[in-house]
Amino acid sequence: MNTVTVDRGPAPPAPPPQSAGPSYLDDGHTLASWFATHDHKRIAILYAIAITAFFAIGGIAAAMMRIELATPAGDFVSDDTYAKLFTAHGVIMVWLFLIPSIPSAFGNFLVPLMIGARDLAFPRLNLGSWYLYVVGGAIVLASLFLGGLDTGWTFYTPYSTMFSNGWVVVALTGVVVVGFSSILTGLNFIVTVHTRRVPGLGWFRLPLFVWAIYATSLILVLATPVLAITLILLAAERLFQIGIFDPAHGGDPLLFQHMFWFYSHPAVYVMVLPAMGVVSEIVPCFARRRIFGYRFMAYALLAIAAIGFLVWGHHMFVSGQSPTAGMVFSMLSFLVAVPSAIKVFNWTATLYKGSIRFDAPMLYALGFVGLFTIGGMTGLFVAALAADVHLTDTYFVISHFHYIMVGGSVLAYFGALHFWWPKITGRMYPEIWARMAAGLVFFGFNLTFFPQYLLGYEGMPRRYHAYVPEFQALNVLSSAGASILAIGYLLPLFYLAWSLRAGARAGPNPWQATGLEWQTSSPPPTENFASLPAAPDDVYGYTPRLGRSPLHVDGE
Amino acid sequence: MSMANEPLPFELRHETAQFGMWVFLASEALFFGGLFLAYLYGRTHWAEGFDAAARHTDVVIGSINTAVLLTSSLFVALAVVAARALRPSDRPPGDAERARRRSAHRRVAVFLWITAALGVAFLVLKGIEYRKDWLDGLVPGTAFRLGDEAGAPPVGAALFYVLYWVMTGLHTVHLTIGVGVLAVFAVGASREADWVQPPRIDVAALYWHFVDVVWILLYPLLYLPGRAG
Repeated sequence: MNTVTVDRGPAPPAPPPQSAGPSYLDDGHTLASWFATHDHKRIAILYAIAITAFFAIGGIAAAMMRIELATPAGDFVSDDTYAKLFTAHGVIMVWLFLIPSIPSAFGNFLVPLMIGARDLAFPRLNLGSWYLYVVGGAIVLASLFLGGLDTGWTFYTPYSTMFSNGWVVVALTGVVVVGFSSILTGLNFIVTVHTRRVPGLGWFRLPLFVWAIYATSLILVLATPVLAITLILLAAERLFQIGIFDPAHGGDPLLFQHMFWFYSHPAVYVMVLPAMGVVSEIVPCFARRRIFGYRFMAYALLAIAAIGFLVWGHHMFVSGQSPTAGMVFSMLSFLVAVPSAIKVFNWTATLYKGSIRFDAPMLYALGFVGLFTIGGMTGLFVAALAADVHLTDTYFVISHFHYIMVGGSVLAYFGALHFWWPKITGRMYPEIWARMAAGLVFFGFNLTFFPQYLLGYEGMPRRYHAYVPEFQALNVLSSAGASILAIGYLLPLFYLAWSLRAGARAGPNPWQATGLEWQTSSPPPTENFASLPAAPDDVYGYTPRLGRSPLHVDGE
Repeated sequence: MSMANEPLPFELRHETAQFGMWVFLASEALFFGGLFLAYLYGRTHWAEGFDAAARHTDVVIGSINTAVLLTSSLFVALAVVAARALRPSDRPPGDAERARRRSAHRRVAVFLWITAALGVAFLVLKGIEYRKDWLDGLVPGTAFRLGDEAGAPPVGAALFYVLYWVMTGLHTVHLTIGVGVLAVFAVGASREADWVQPPRIDVAALYWHFVDVVWILLYPLLYLPGRAG
């Protein structure tokens, strides 16, 4: 670990911070200074800790599923326990990890810094959102400890309202509470980006990460309330045995699916848009190139957010909606691939003639681009009506969305963690270990989930704890991959903790990056900037101007 | 310019508060939107059941309540206008200025109390109506019946009443919160408290108008179908 600070040639103008107050980490050491803080940076840390805990719990559930699936016989857990495991895994990973992960942790920390603001528009509300999140998460956990539920994370009716014996209403309550936390967080980001940009920082000068969080917030604010009302109706049907979704009582189960997916499909974009924002920051920095097609990247984010509201019916191709509806939803689903592809092309084009360094954040970012492409392309398979009839409820679908959510969002989360770790803690992480962990995650992930594409194509259905022996070889590969993936996830826990004490001092801008967040000390002072920062002319000003030597003069 | 803990300018705070409430109301609109979607879905599938069911809601109380809420919105708007006098001003402090602010505070308090009282009147009438609905058997479940109509209720009638209770119930919850908020501001205004400021009154009024607008949509959907001709 000898050279951890990286010299990246002439830096963009970064005025040394003048007489800033204490760093946000040194500004009080009492419990109250954390749990009653209004500082967006401390709240981000609170989120990160809670999110990591929930990620671990959801991961344990997944590990138990992979152990069960290593053999064809259902011998490790009962079928009922298995159903509770995949429900716990889904509910925790979707609502307690993926949805809040990048927006609530990194968005909270970075958005005010990136726009040169003192804090979010509503600091107290921000803290309130965290408490809602923790209370909602605790309620979800309570439902698991009371005995769990076996409905799957989708809570499909009428099973969830009339037949399931699990703690459905308790889990729903937790999810609704977490939902309100999402709504208030999204609201806070929207108002902040509109009203708190430093003078001169126009919309098309914003970093794409801010655009991504903004687009995500629109979805959070407009889709989450629909989930809330859907789950309230579901709870009413279950508690009072009245017919809303249950056909036996005069309801309609398809209505539930429409309302549920009206939220839950846009929620997929809540998980992946912030990841796209992260990648759009990392790739230009480590390729020393301006992002290719900045405006298209910003518009693509908004287009994905908007079209994402119109494709929910592709989850219901075999549920009995009309063929016309199926065709329309299929076409709209193909349409959402266009802005997604624009983003992939533009990240790739950014690399062209770049001077690329493969530091750990870049490894994660490049991993994202590749895996998101595979996940997106297989999304087209399941968006095609005829193919979907064959693939519905098989491991192909499982693999498809894990390529987006793990290969995409989780890799970007780890990329963000390494990229901004020096800013957040003031310390560098050990690069060798980080690259090794990135390699393990990438390899382990592919070994876990690529076999599942094949399993699904061959017809292995999801949600069963036992399967026919023909599927064993691929399942063993998948379980082996999961154990490698687990090591890749655990490694950062150790070396990042080590770096808090022993890592090299990072300095304000170890990556020679251009964003405003790098123009203040690391870790930043509580008030973020010692003096009002100047809006940068070009937030991705990495590309050398004509007639000048390239900005990238690497190392000594 | 230092960034340390300087109070934000009044205009920015005003803009922030109002914009925040508009975004919140957009979210609320989608919250009720799920119910309106369910209503649309049910009404297109079982129009006759919905019409038969809607004939049993109490259109008299519903209409009076509509008038009560619309009137309350007038008074909360008057409170907003009165609160404008409480903006930070360059006028020299003195007896005249104090008197001017006191009179503004008093007007704000009076208008808010009237608004809150109309809200309470709505809640009382709604309670009377709920009791009557209960006695008429308009509660989905095993004992569901449409008043004294003979025979099983038509298909869709039960779903109509599920939506009736959930929609009006959630509206009542929102209205109760609104009454509480306005009462707090009314008390603050009569004590001439510093925190009674135009941005906050504006935001509370926006919320109140939203609750009113939801009712304007609920009234024709729940009380008027099946009564013409």
